Amino acid sequence: MSEALIEESAPVGSHTEKASIYVEDLVIDFATDNALFKRRYMRAVNQVSFVLKAGEALAVVGESGSGKSTCARALCRLYKPTSGKIWLQDVDVNGKHNQLTQRQYAQEVQMIFQDPFGSLNPVHTIRHHLSRPLRIHHPALDEVEIERRTIEIIARVGLSPAEQTADKYPHELSGGQRQRVAIARALAVGAKFILADEPISMLDVSIRLGILNLMEDMKKEGIGFLYITHDIATARYFAERTAVMYVGHMVEWGNSDSVTQNPQHPYTKLLISAIPEPGIRKDRKEMARKADIPLWTPASVGCPFAERCLKATDQCKTTMPGVTQLAEDHFVRCFLFE
Amino acid sequence: MNRTDKPLLSIRNVCVDYVTEHGNARAVNEVSFDIYPGETVGLAGESGCGKSTLAFAIANLHEAPALISEGEILFEGRDILTMSSAQLRDFRWNETSMVFQSAMNSLNPVLKISEQIIDVILAHKRVSKQEAWSRAEELLATVGIHASRMNSYPHQLSGGMRQRVVIAIALALRPKLIVMDEPTTALDVVVERDIMDELFELKEKFGFAILFISHDLGLMGEIADRIGIMYAGQLVEMGTAAQILEQPKHPYTRGLVGSFPTIHGPRVRLEGIPGNPLNLLQTPAGCYFQARCSDGIDKCLKHKPQLKPLTNSGDRLVACHVAVDMEVPA
Repeated sequence: MSEALIEESAPVGSHTEKASIYVEDLVIDFATDNALFKRRYMRAVNQVSFVLKAGEALAVVGESGSGKSTCARALCRLYKPTSGKIWLQDVDVNGKHNQLTQRQYAQEVQMIFQDPFGSLNPVHTIRHHLSRPLRIHHPALDEVEIERRTIEIIARVGLSPAEQTADKYPHELSGGQRQRVAIARALAVGAKFILADEPISMLDVSIRLGILNLMEDMKKEGIGFLYITHDIATARYFAERTAVMYVGHMVEWGNSDSVTQNPQHPYTKLLISAIPEPGIRKDRKEMARKADIPLWTPASVGCPFAERCLKATDQCKTTMPGVTQLAEDHFVRCFLFE
Repeated sequence: MNRTDKPLLSIRNVCVDYVTEHGNARAVNEVSFDIYPGETVGLAGESGCGKSTLAFAIANLHEAPALISEGEILFEGRDILTMSSAQLRDFRWNETSMVFQSAMNSLNPVLKISEQIIDVILAHKRVSKQEAWSRAEELLATVGIHASRMNSYPHQLSGGMRQRVVIAIALALRPKLIVMDEPTTALDVVVERDIMDELFELKEKFGFAILFISHDLGLMGEIADRIGIMYAGQLVEMGTAAQILEQPKHPYTRGLVGSFPTIHGPRVRLEGIPGNPLNLLQTPAGCYFQARCSDGIDKCLKHKPQLKPLTNSGDRLVACHVAVDMEVPA
């Protein structure tokens, strides 16, 4: 893809920038049947572009089925893009001629999952979970050094006493402690980017902030985060930049404060109006039509929100709106602003 | 809500124990509060604080290994805990209905939703099948589902619609109290908002009281008249929604209120609550929150604080030595 097109479709830096993951026009289709001929597809992610920078967090916010987890999985190379490219610095990670093995890629990009009860192996100790990535990704280390680093990483994610924790099994830890182990495992690999897929939504309310603050501290040490969430308030708390997704499309994105304090896309406005605010029993005017969330297919046309949007015109039903820049770091995909 | 009324539900000194191999875990510990007709009372706290266990106790649904070991639960003066099974059958759903945490999965997957609603009506009322059918259609209409969906199976409905069906079933016999245990936790925010709005329209229309159990203090602050905060089985603070959210007195409540990043207002680093929830099998002497509390005093280690009124009116309650000492009621 030419440099000019990148500039046009990617309002957020370019892939030549150092220490970044750059996603360009990502499209992911899933087959919805097993037919040999005329197989049907649904489009889970459509024309998504963003940049993940070192030391920064990008929050991807959306309802279930908005394609936010699919994006993260594609970034982990768990799904192959139908079209579009993912660049790790200057390497096209799904390109035919790239030299990156899965192990090298995994060393850069790691994922944390929603369920800390399912993501750790119940028959192994915490020490095993953390020393194994050290052994695999840093083969030059000797056993003494591996042990030293294991303990150091456990302490770094706030689990104390570190030596005792190393000998424990996952079932002996609480959900929050387990999620810390999952983060520690990504640190042990030495990952520069962490894809966190709803990392706090299964945790108790009182310990969610502890995990967010730990990730905040790691961000300061230069790790870049893709923070996937349905909770736009924590997105604003943790991430510098926020992208709002609806049915596989990024509808509004930019600086978290602009997006949350000055939302422009009708869907973002709806999402923010739905957040409860203590003490205010909102007399909400009709924000959107009630309609089912559409199933997006490669043949679908128009704006995905058109069915529910109160301001939709005929144009919205037939043509996909382009990207409009509203401020230095605030973009929207909606005809209202073109 | 009218305070001159008699309480609809009166929970008096209720204790619920879970009997385990390692001893009894007291999941609900001497909890007392009232719910008045038409009132919305919220009950908040983290997982394992006993809020769902208390909800089960209100309908006397506990079975071994859970045991309601002490206290009484009075519904309009009648003790639910001493009712015979025939009386209970009459009480449940007629007087109090429940919407459970996994409400979306509480529908029977092999029965049409019409059958499930009609089943409730026929079990409790002497009406013909036709009457029950038309009543079921009405109920679905009140929660915004078209009658053409009567013959759908649960899997043919979205999560939000299934939740609406469950609410319709809870409303079927016009109960005076609905106990809702995390009714919208599994739903997306926009759907959650729609359902809450509809629920409160229905409440206005039918005038039932709600006991709303959730960990989402933000949502609760918006809908509840009064909020109770539970920690490790105990009710540690109770007050109006505004009092709890704006002037929390118990350090746990303060931590809980401070655990939610807000969508508006300044962006500051929040600290949440340090430490982990208490293991109910190893409870300390004194205050259960001592290990996680930053302003504890010597007294907290030895004496368990009781829930005491902070004001003369007696509806602002807190169980904390430090908070009570600071504000001795006149």
